[in-house]
Amino acid sequence: MVLALLTVAGMAAAMGLRNAVHCVLALTLGFVGIAALYLQLGAQFVGLAQIMVYVGAVAILAVFAIMMTHNPESANLPVFSSQWIVGCIVAAAVFAVLARAISSSAAFTQVLPPQPGATVHQIGDSLMHRYVLPLEIMGLLLTAALIGAVVIAMDRKEEMR
Amino acid sequence: MNSLQNYLLLSSLLFSIGLAGVLVRRNAILVLIGIELMLNAANINFIAFWRFGPDPSALTGVIFALFSISVAAAEAAVGLAIILAAYRHSKTTDLDQMNSLKG
Amino acid sequence: MTHLARLAQQLDQIFVLAAHWLLSYLPAAIQPLCSAILSVAAIIIVFATLFAITTWLERKGLGRIQNRFGPNRVGPFGLLQPIADGVKSLTKEDIVPITADHAVHFLAPVLLVAASFLGYAVLPIGRNMVLVNLNAGVLYFFAVGSMMELAVFMAGWSSRSKYSLLGAMRAIAQMISYEVPLVLASIVVIMQAGSLSTVSIVDLQATYTGIWPHWFVFTPWGFAGFVLFMIAATAESNRSPFDLPEGESEIIAGYYTEYSGFKFALFFLGEYIGMFATSGMAITLFLGGWSAPFSFLTWVPSYLWFFAKLLAIISVFIWIRGTLPRLRMDQLMNLAWEFMLPMALLNLFTAGLWHFMAAGSLRWLVCSTMVVVPCILLSRGLKHKKKFQVRTYHYSD
Repeated sequence: MVLALLTVAGMAAAMGLRNAVHCVLALTLGFVGIAALYLQLGAQFVGLAQIMVYVGAVAILAVFAIMMTHNPESANLPVFSSQWIVGCIVAAAVFAVLARAISSSAAFTQVLPPQPGATVHQIGDSLMHRYVLPLEIMGLLLTAALIGAVVIAMDRKEEMR
Repeated sequence: MNSLQNYLLLSSLLFSIGLAGVLVRRNAILVLIGIELMLNAANINFIAFWRFGPDPSALTGVIFALFSISVAAAEAAVGLAIILAAYRHSKTTDLDQMNSLKG
Repeated sequence: MTHLARLAQQLDQIFVLAAHWLLSYLPAAIQPLCSAILSVAAIIIVFATLFAITTWLERKGLGRIQNRFGPNRVGPFGLLQPIADGVKSLTKEDIVPITADHAVHFLAPVLLVAASFLGYAVLPIGRNMVLVNLNAGVLYFFAVGSMMELAVFMAGWSSRSKYSLLGAMRAIAQMISYEVPLVLASIVVIMQAGSLSTVSIVDLQATYTGIWPHWFVFTPWGFAGFVLFMIAATAESNRSPFDLPEGESEIIAGYYTEYSGFKFALFFLGEYIGMFATSGMAITLFLGGWSAPFSFLTWVPSYLWFFAKLLAIISVFIWIRGTLPRLRMDQLMNLAWEFMLPMALLNLFTAGLWHFMAAGSLRWLVCSTMVVVPCILLSRGLKHKKKFQVRTYHYSD
């Protein structure tokens, strides 16, 4: 319960704060909260991978991007877009629909089943036997994303010199 | 926090917070962060259903969540590269000002 | 079991037995919590003391390498110097720049120290002496290590100063670049051990053939992996020759510039604790953890071996710091991406080959050539891009 409150508070702060760097730091707190939820649910590997990938890489990527696109006079501009009321209404409507659907379903209030084992050995086995095709496709995807990101963000002016 | 319903409510709350962030913030990077938040909320769904659902020994939820984390990381990298390139072109990350396709 | 063997075993498990005896006085309901608190307190006290000893050792060692005495006034041989340093840093004025981001500026050293100490939870310091035997222990260690980079960024950004920001960007670029060879070098060990749990990795290395132990460093791929891991660990802790982000002669103190007094001491502490944790992981993965080097020495308690190996690695770190010059930023990045990454991938291939070949001298020969020849070829090939000339010095007349 505490973890859930911490996560929600962190993510709400991440979306609402004025300073972009503070947003990313609050986001990191939210990521750690989600990782703790995964550990509570018994998925050790995914929780630790979440910390390593999101906190250790994605958050740092985001702060690098904020540092590189930092505009000093943007601190005086409004933080929220001009149509922010519509956005909030849409988000609230989505949450209302989802919450209604979840609460009205009778299948979700069962008793707690016994803890399933998700050792690293079993994950490795399924990755290599049952899910080997998605694994290879993921490798290709990550390679393409790596090359694409480097090419897009490269400084073109150096090429023309 | 020991029923599937609570975890699903939490993930839908996080999803709608992310959606609000995407629709409301001006800075392009914070919009991307909102998208990451939505992907994380979906991951919580996967893991919760794996834990409480039928046949947890197939590890389907865990593997799907792992792949979802990798795809989200790759998409964050490419998205931030695009934002950097757009910033170099138009000198601003304000999405309200990037409203014409003509360079 | 003979009397001496039983005595050796009791000495080996003395801390475990003492903890059990202390906890037996408490009601059973709060015993797990108190056991955890006791172990955490023990780790913090032991490694903070080791930090104090290391600062003394480093200053004396560097002094001798640089042909001068180190500190020798405060106690016999300067042994009380860490206490003097501690008193100084606690009583200095805490200066925070007015334009600094106060919340983030305060949290950065706290996060660094917290992330560094969290890594010790999976290190087996002795037989049966690990805080938590996680199923994915090595992954936990690297996940916690990647939180240190965020703390570095927070420190550099919140100070709102040119030197800090530049130092922080350099430091993060260096740390994420060297995280890749670090993790790849440890994957080799995980492949051979078949498990991510640090306890099972050490248990696998604690067996002997004759008098020689089965440490992973005594195999070709293990030796290459150990060298790669140590170089990457030096870069991860921002130590010389990789200390450009905090070099004193370059950018004052890099991302530490605007910190003074106790917070600076916390940064110092966090960095050294991180260095000890990474060395501890190297010992666990490659040097056999708490196992003795020869089978006739197993009567010495296991935790003594762990700390002996840790002190040996710390001494090598100090030696390298005093001897090698600092690498430039582009040289640093080239080393990581053009030399260490291909070597780490080749090492993976070699370890796979080792696993599938039959035991004997053939696989030693094949795997050693597979490790040594690409190393030589790669270092020669990368050298040809640069021109090496005899340096001529122009002095003003």
